[in-house]
Amino acid sequence: MNLSDIRAVDCDVHPTVPSMQTLLPYLNDHWRETVIEREITTLDTISYPPLAPLTARADFRGENGRAGLDASEVGQQALDKWQADIAILNCLYGVQLVFNEDMAQAFARAVNDWVVKEWLDRDPRLRASIVVPLQNVEHAVDEIERCAVDKRFVQILVLCMGETPLGRRQFWPIYAAAERHNLPLGIHAGSAYRYPVTSLGWPTYYVEDYAAQSLGFQSQLASLVCEGVFVKFPKLKAVLIESGVTWLPGFVWRLSKFWRGVRAEIPWIDRSPNEIVRDHFRLTIQPLDTPDDPDIVARAIEHFQSDDMLLYSSDYPHWQFDGDEIMPPGIPAGLHRRILVDNPLATYPRLGL
Amino acid sequence: MNVNAPKAQFRPNNKLALVDCDIHPRLRKPEDLKPYLSSRWWDTWQTYGLRKRHGFVKGHPYPKSQPGDGARRDAWPTNGDPAGSSLPLMQEQHLDYHGVDIGIMNPLWPGSGDQNLDLSAALASAHNDWQLDLWHAKEPRLRPSIVVPYEHVEASVAEIHKRAPNKAFCQVFLLSRTNEALGRRKYWPIYEAAVEHNLPIGIHVFGYSGIPISNSGWPSFYIEEMAEHGTACSALISSMIMEGLFERFPTLKVVMIEAGFGWVPSLGWRLDKHWQKMKGEVPHLKRPPSEYLKQNVYVTTQPIEEPEKPEYLVDLIDWIGWDRVMFASDYAHWDFDDPVFAVPPNWSEERRRKLRSENAMSVFRL
Amino acid sequence: MAKHIVAAVKELPPGSRKLVEVNNRQIAVFNVNGEFHALGNRCPHEGGHLIDGKLVGLVESKMPGEYCYSRKDELVKCPWHGWEFDLRTGRAQCDPSRVRVRHYETAVVQGGEIDLDAPPKAAEVFPVRIEDDYVVVEV
Repeated sequence: MNLSDIRAVDCDVHPTVPSMQTLLPYLNDHWRETVIEREITTLDTISYPPLAPLTARADFRGENGRAGLDASEVGQQALDKWQADIAILNCLYGVQLVFNEDMAQAFARAVNDWVVKEWLDRDPRLRASIVVPLQNVEHAVDEIERCAVDKRFVQILVLCMGETPLGRRQFWPIYAAAERHNLPLGIHAGSAYRYPVTSLGWPTYYVEDYAAQSLGFQSQLASLVCEGVFVKFPKLKAVLIESGVTWLPGFVWRLSKFWRGVRAEIPWIDRSPNEIVRDHFRLTIQPLDTPDDPDIVARAIEHFQSDDMLLYSSDYPHWQFDGDEIMPPGIPAGLHRRILVDNPLATYPRLGL
Repeated sequence: MNVNAPKAQFRPNNKLALVDCDIHPRLRKPEDLKPYLSSRWWDTWQTYGLRKRHGFVKGHPYPKSQPGDGARRDAWPTNGDPAGSSLPLMQEQHLDYHGVDIGIMNPLWPGSGDQNLDLSAALASAHNDWQLDLWHAKEPRLRPSIVVPYEHVEASVAEIHKRAPNKAFCQVFLLSRTNEALGRRKYWPIYEAAVEHNLPIGIHVFGYSGIPISNSGWPSFYIEEMAEHGTACSALISSMIMEGLFERFPTLKVVMIEAGFGWVPSLGWRLDKHWQKMKGEVPHLKRPPSEYLKQNVYVTTQPIEEPEKPEYLVDLIDWIGWDRVMFASDYAHWDFDDPVFAVPPNWSEERRRKLRSENAMSVFRL
Repeated sequence: MAKHIVAAVKELPPGSRKLVEVNNRQIAVFNVNGEFHALGNRCPHEGGHLIDGKLVGLVESKMPGEYCYSRKDELVKCPWHGWEFDLRTGRAQCDPSRVRVRHYETAVVQGGEIDLDAPPKAAEVFPVRIEDDYVVVEV
């Protein structure tokens, strides 16, 4: 397809792993036996309890209440329906939660191989993110190298809450690999649950837990900027996926304000975080945490002072909006094409290859 | 003579009144508290030190950007006492210079959140006496806060009942980084007592919960610690709303101090959006979360948001409400705000009046 | 531009500073290792007085983990929000192209060189002695 004919690039679609049985063929004998013998029945996480309203829109759920179980279902419900010519799959199966780093590596490989065989090979419109086992940086780099050969992998995928802030230098070999292969760093809502999901402990309710995801993104943005990841890797882009979006300007103003006074602590940062964030961060638009008033939405978007940062996403099958209006009301019409097509193509170099 | 050593310059009197919601009086030396402590607690404090949830005997896990726990460099008395510990200097440099009519004292007191609950209770009570005797009695513009040992809820309630009859006290004072989120039921007796005495709850950022300040673990830098106050306060307000605290205590007023407020509108939008879908989990909420935010929560200006375009600051306050935002200076800390900078002269007099004094007069019943 | 005598050199030894007022402008004068620097006293951010600021060195870095420290005491850090200003240019380290405080040229003149018939501004009231040196600021 000619790039100029593309109507939309959906930058966040979730394939659901139907059950652990599905992955068994993608594990070697040892791990297959381990899964059975040690009764590892699922890696689904409490970030998305399967039947919680957010986890899947009601009209997408099948008889067992689940959604997004195979490529043809997703092809019809997310791509045909909303005229996406390309969609990027982000598999959220909880590989990142596993404590055993070898087991995490085995599951990451299984998930990535399953995505290739049962998704990418079945619908040419699909692309995917490489699930990486952050538990071990060497394993993560190996997995990137293994998958990057397939150009249908267009970014690497990590969660917004992990064991260590993402800017820390221990992760830098991952970013070197990302830069080498033209893969943005995709940071998705979700937690490895190494710590409480808020700095004040475990919240009582799931709705608080989900609301706190946007706080995880704020921490990771600060870490990536302050540690100087973009000084070391100037071509790297980070995509904040399912982050909530509207928190960003206020948080970055705060970071920039403090930086002016304490910049000597991080002297490699020689320009305002406001500028660094505009150059290196992108955000998918669902959920767009905004009120109903379209004028306020337009103002909130103006606060980004950039037309380049927002990327279209449906967040299928998560329930972020009703009906078929994929562009949230209030986003200026002049930005639609950029969000739907231009910005995704600019962010993901591999889409144009 | 046109060359001379300039004298202290006083700002021309601003005709609008000024309430400063965040002034930090500081202990000159630990002995200042000794008259208010039993020998047991004085000895314990001096011998074993504090047992807060971080590892250093002295100082901070994230060292601050300047000495005196992050004090303004120009706020040190010439005799070498700590910044913020001299009433005459505070009067000259802050209260008089900026024309502060009423200043609310928020002591960042040693012993807050201490693991030894009884020590924490003793130190809290001592700080309340200290505020009255060494500050308020000498300078009535300065109004004390009821400092409470918030992890020891029973003692906190007793302290509120003990102090509330003295109308000089204008709020119950907590820190933000508590062992559990402040909306959890553990802390509700504190709110019940505050409501009984018509006292707002002032929550100042900082404190040590022992929980990593990011939900991905400990970041490297002080700048990150500072930026994380907004995230902690977002979690805090979410907790209060979602737990149903404001349904249980509809008249409770919560004042967020030194948390900034750039995060507030987005938080309200986010909570509304996701509550809409998941009301079933929190049936005790009768209204959208942002309505509780607008009804029960107030914010202070410092450290004032500095977006790249000044009109974005006006947007933020439009969204939060001009009756919800109150001036605070944070004297004598380094990220202090001048009232003329935080509430600029090109805003309408009505708006300036609200932020400089009227909102605070109403919230604190001054 | 007129020259103004603001201090006798021996009154302002290395490591010391003095706040002066010239034509209603407050100017902070610093002696760093025998060199005199003069900046407007008011921080362009919120108005902190630079005369009360700490002198610091310049830390720069090309890459995370590198700390290149130089020019000890040649920047003044605003006592309020810590913005660093270069004593030699008045430029703010955080945004040198857009944020600066007024920088004034300084010189040292010998008392004997001062022409008392056509004195620099201030000379007629400043007690000038031929055997002393004086710090001059151009305003």
